[in-house]
Amino acid sequence: MGKIVLENVQKHFGTVKVISNVSLTVEDGSFVVFVGPSGCGKSTLLRLIAGLEDATGGRILIDGADVTDLPPTKRGLSMVFQSYALYPHMSVRGNIGFGLKMAGMPKDEIRKKVDAAAATLNLTPYLDRKPRMLSGGQRQRVAIGRAIVREPKGFLFDEPLSNLDAALRVNMRIEIARLQRSLGTTAIYVTHDQVEAMTMADKIVVLNAGSVEQVGSPLELYDRPANLFVAGFIGSPKMNLIGGATAEPYQAATIGIRPEHLIVSRDGGGWAGTISVAEHLGSDTFLYVEVPGVGLVTARTPGEVSFHAGERVMLQPDPARLHRFDKQGQAIRG
Amino acid sequence: MAATVNTRKLARAMLTPAVVILFIWMIVPLLLTIWYSFQNYNLLSPENTGFAGFMNYKYFLTDPAFFQAFWNTLTITLSVLVITVVGGILLGLLLDQFIYGQGIVRILVISPFFIMPTVAALVWKNMLMDPNYGIFAWIATRLGFAPVAWLENYPLFSIILIVAWQWLPFATLILLTAMQSLDEEQKEAAGMDGANFASLFVYITLPHLARAITVVILIETIFLLSVFAEILVTTGGGPGYASTNIAYLIYHQALLDYDVGGASAGGVVAVILANIVAIFLVRLVGKNLEA
Ligand SMILES: Nc1ncnc2c1ncn2[C@@H]1O[C@H](COP(=O)(O)OP(=O)(O)OP(=O)(O)O)[C@@H](O)[C@H]1O
Ligand SMILES: [Mg+2]
Repeated sequence: MGKIVLENVQKHFGTVKVISNVSLTVEDGSFVVFVGPSGCGKSTLLRLIAGLEDATGGRILIDGADVTDLPPTKRGLSMVFQSYALYPHMSVRGNIGFGLKMAGMPKDEIRKKVDAAAATLNLTPYLDRKPRMLSGGQRQRVAIGRAIVREPKGFLFDEPLSNLDAALRVNMRIEIARLQRSLGTTAIYVTHDQVEAMTMADKIVVLNAGSVEQVGSPLELYDRPANLFVAGFIGSPKMNLIGGATAEPYQAATIGIRPEHLIVSRDGGGWAGTISVAEHLGSDTFLYVEVPGVGLVTARTPGEVSFHAGERVMLQPDPARLHRFDKQGQAIRG
Repeated sequence: MAATVNTRKLARAMLTPAVVILFIWMIVPLLLTIWYSFQNYNLLSPENTGFAGFMNYKYFLTDPAFFQAFWNTLTITLSVLVITVVGGILLGLLLDQFIYGQGIVRILVISPFFIMPTVAALVWKNMLMDPNYGIFAWIATRLGFAPVAWLENYPLFSIILIVAWQWLPFATLILLTAMQSLDEEQKEAAGMDGANFASLFVYITLPHLARAITVVILIETIFLLSVFAEILVTTGGGPGYASTNIAYLIYHQALLDYDVGGASAGGVVAVILANIVAIFLVRLVGKNLEA
């Protein structure tokens, strides 16, 4: 149980509109990721759902019940903060069990639940330590333990992995995704890392300047971005967006082509250009090609192909994978 | 390695003058006091000089006034500590909430700390507690009660009140600052965990304040053990010895009874007592300062 519905939710700080008219449905048990550039209102939207901020307008429903005016405690959600926000003077056991203690659960029952949560998260050896005696990854797991032990209707994560190093991030990403699947609890996850978004989400919500640009599964957003913003935001390296004379033959104001959908050859057809930088990543090679009249175009080729800076190459866009956008930046379909 | 050794040597060399001066500054008066405490040295009987052995100590420690002064010292110290810590926490919680006029309210709360003890005591004695023209007397008469002669009938309580009034701002300031350094997300996390205002205070705020409370207790104790000006100005230690503490008793012996030897013995006793209290305190609360 944990269907979360937002209806025309707004949030103003004084005269500043931070969230304008967001409507959204998060299905029970699904994993929804909010992505968007810094300052677009991801955290604010999450805090509105948590009840840590009051909505200026609109309604928030959890399992059909209007919770807009309820305090955080009454909403049955739990949150993992970016800074973890562990209680420094309590042991790991105390931290994980605090919510249960506040709910008035008997001591031995708390003990059992904390032990179970700790076992799931490999925290059993650390139960009697204080948070400052843990590594970043362990603290992260304590924060997650604190969230799962109460068996909430939904988890809210605000950039939970941003303080971890790259390798640990990948591990925790997989761990969180697996945990969420096995518990079957609704989760809303904020990140600005699109790899996290693409790999973890059932559904991605792309936010920009306080409103929703597009909602869809990761592949939907990748294959059919609704507008220029989503096209430029989802995918790495970024989609090439080309306007002007090059776009005209396609009856569009702007055309977009992903680096991986350009066929690179020494003597095929398409746009002729000079490689200005070649980045060899092993598995892939990214070519930054200067094409006269078009600009700098990024192309992605398999790692074993040997192109070098200074070489002249031809770039042929795959017509089936070409995206067209009108003057307003909306995608043209068909 | 070599660099750090040299740096350390240099640091020591630079520190030496200050340490030497501080050491002399403290050790000379202490040694003189100890020296006098073993001498017959009374300004009223100048012919009686020479080594006194432990006579001065015996005289000071068996004086019934000593025991009363001892208990009064403890009473003043403990009562003021309790009042200022509890009051400081409450005021801190209040000031932490206020949004409007916060700046002015804070200055008002802190201002008693800037008033000299003598002046503060005079204000309390003459403007507030005086049974004839004090404000308390006026309020009592207005309400139809007989005015209370605070300083005569409740001398120790009055002293405690005055000293607590002076130290409340200090405690409030330190505790308020500590409260404001509490991570906002921690409070929010506790809120999501279902903590109400009371549990938030007990489980999150209070443990966070432990260190600040320790600092307040340690610093205040140093000063409270030797409260003097307030007693001199208001009750003069009386009636009898009802509001005499050890500091005031020593003053009484040295400057009213002209017994330098006896007063010095009292001074040494006071130093020893203060050290006992300090060791006790550090053991009791000092572990909060670790880590
Ligand atoms: N209490 C506040 N008062 C005024 N403005 C605020 C407040 N909190 C946030 N904002 C503004 O609201 C906007 C959205 O903030 P928010 O924290 O939701 O961004 P975000 O999408 O989470 O960004 P990031 O990825 O950097 O965390 C920002 O422009 C921010 O300056
Ligand atoms: Mg944020």
